[in-house]
Amino acid sequence: MQTRKQSPQSFATRAPLELKILVAGVLLFLYCPFGIILLYAFTTEETAFTFPPPGLTLDWFGVALFKRPDIWGPLTLSVQVALVATFIALVLGSLIALAVSRAKFFGREAITFLVILPIALPGIITGIALRSAIGLFGIDFSFWTIIVGHATFCVVVVYNNVVARLRRTAKSQMEASADLGAHSFQTFRYIILPAIATALVAGGMLAFALSFDEVIVTTFTAGQQTTLPIWILGQLTRPRQRPVTNIVALFVIAITFIPIVIAQRLTQDTNE
Amino acid sequence: MDKSSNLIPAVRFENVSRHFGEVKAVDDVSLEIHDGEFFSMLGPSGSGKTTCLRLIAGFEQPNLGSIFLHGARVNELPPYARDVNTVFQDYALFPHMSVEENVGYGLMVKKVAKAERTRRVQETLELVRLPQMAKRKPSQLSGGQRQRIALARALVNRPRVLLLDEPLGALDLKLRQEMQIELKEIQKQVGITFVFVTHDQEEALTMSDRIAVFNAGRVEQIGAPAEIYEHPQTAFVAGFVGTSNLVHSQVAQKLTGSNETFSIRPEKIRMVEPGTQVQNGWTALDGAVREVVYLGMLTRYIVAIEGGGELTVVRQNLDETSMDVLRARGKRVQLTWQRTFDRVLDQA
Repeated sequence: MQTRKQSPQSFATRAPLELKILVAGVLLFLYCPFGIILLYAFTTEETAFTFPPPGLTLDWFGVALFKRPDIWGPLTLSVQVALVATFIALVLGSLIALAVSRAKFFGREAITFLVILPIALPGIITGIALRSAIGLFGIDFSFWTIIVGHATFCVVVVYNNVVARLRRTAKSQMEASADLGAHSFQTFRYIILPAIATALVAGGMLAFALSFDEVIVTTFTAGQQTTLPIWILGQLTRPRQRPVTNIVALFVIAITFIPIVIAQRLTQDTNE
Repeated sequence: MDKSSNLIPAVRFENVSRHFGEVKAVDDVSLEIHDGEFFSMLGPSGSGKTTCLRLIAGFEQPNLGSIFLHGARVNELPPYARDVNTVFQDYALFPHMSVEENVGYGLMVKKVAKAERTRRVQETLELVRLPQMAKRKPSQLSGGQRQRIALARALVNRPRVLLLDEPLGALDLKLRQEMQIELKEIQKQVGITFVFVTHDQEEALTMSDRIAVFNAGRVEQIGAPAEIYEHPQTAFVAGFVGTSNLVHSQVAQKLTGSNETFSIRPEKIRMVEPGTQVQNGWTALDGAVREVVYLGMLTRYIVAIEGGGELTVVRQNLDETSMDVLRARGKRVQLTWQRTFDRVLDQA
């Protein structure tokens, strides 16, 4: 019989045409807007966008780079915030992950839950809660209030990555290290750190990307400061030089997209 | 001085218990492991043998009792401060390090000088007969090679006690039998006390100087392999180490005049024609062959005894072919054995 020759794999890998069309449709829906942003970064129109664009030009790159000094403040602030928030997330996230995965202690489940919660909580809740707290304690809005807001969800990202990696790392490796005479710090440095290194990089990059384009929480914790996403939001109401906003958006896409691709590569690699 | 140090046991358990919640993994165990011996902890999974090993290594702390290593109480001593090393069941090689770095790890963390480290790593790799593998990563080794590297990594530190947690479990039969002999040779060569955990009774019988048989967190019997095999003290030991026939109440009464349960090994029973005269000191029972299992080298006969019960008899296929032995099914036979081979067991 013909059907007998067919291996189970060939059955599993062949998708029907309808499914392929559906998948293509979903992907198109997700990524079309990026294409539009890209296209209108090159349009010759300055105020309203029409389709198709009347002409294409590279002039707006020049304008964005040299004639719009108002871009640089928000950009530097966003990069600084993302870097510091990521650093805090790396330290706290990995420490929590180590504690939770290595030791059984009272309140362990509660801590796990509380650490993960901020990513599930709507940003608007986190934002308003932080704003109330900041107001209540009479703290002035600053660079650091933005960072605290971002750290709440950045810690989760690092924590999740590291916890998943530790779960895949055989516990016997750490026991073997101790058995061979290594103190806790030596075991951390020679065994645990290499095992979680790529998870840290991946988690850090995701955290950076999340922080870099965060709007909602930032709106509540930034006060009068403008981060790049908030600056972009502000540009939407301005009539002139609209393609400049698209160019900045492209830059944001690049700076968040690239780390996410790298992060995915790193977490995929085999642990063998 | 030398004499007295030899008298101090390498490992001593004094009424040691380790409980996990309600589960008594190790329940009031006392034992002594002599310096330089090959000691096996044998038992089914969940019998507490691995927990005992982990207690010696320091990965677990006893809830009750005391553990001594070479006379010193080590209950609270962390694993890195104990002069014992472990070969893990999953080998636990460090995947990001080369073979050389894996084997040298113990020396590296103890800050042994580079030259000395290199020399000892090479020496130990030669001992496990893998000197050419130094630069490889663990992922590039076969299962048997990883096992040897795990052994080398533990031996390089020259511990006074080496703990082995079912190290041969993942290997195929041929390789396992080779490694059994090799491990024994290495042990003689280095003269270190080996504590070997296994659920494989044949493995334990092959390699050990002494065996402790574990069941449900307790030690059932400790003794030399022949002693454990020939003189099982409990029904569990008789059944777990090799196979045994347990003869109960009525049949026992008929044969011995006492209703105490006794055990008899299948290979000690002879199967003869019914009505054959037996010698003095031998016992005889009539029965019929219920089942025949042909095993190649041996044949196993299950014989239904008149008056109730079954006995298993194992016979080497000296003169019979598989066709001959299979014809024995249903045949009436007489079973006979020397009375000195049956063992009255402790009532559990």
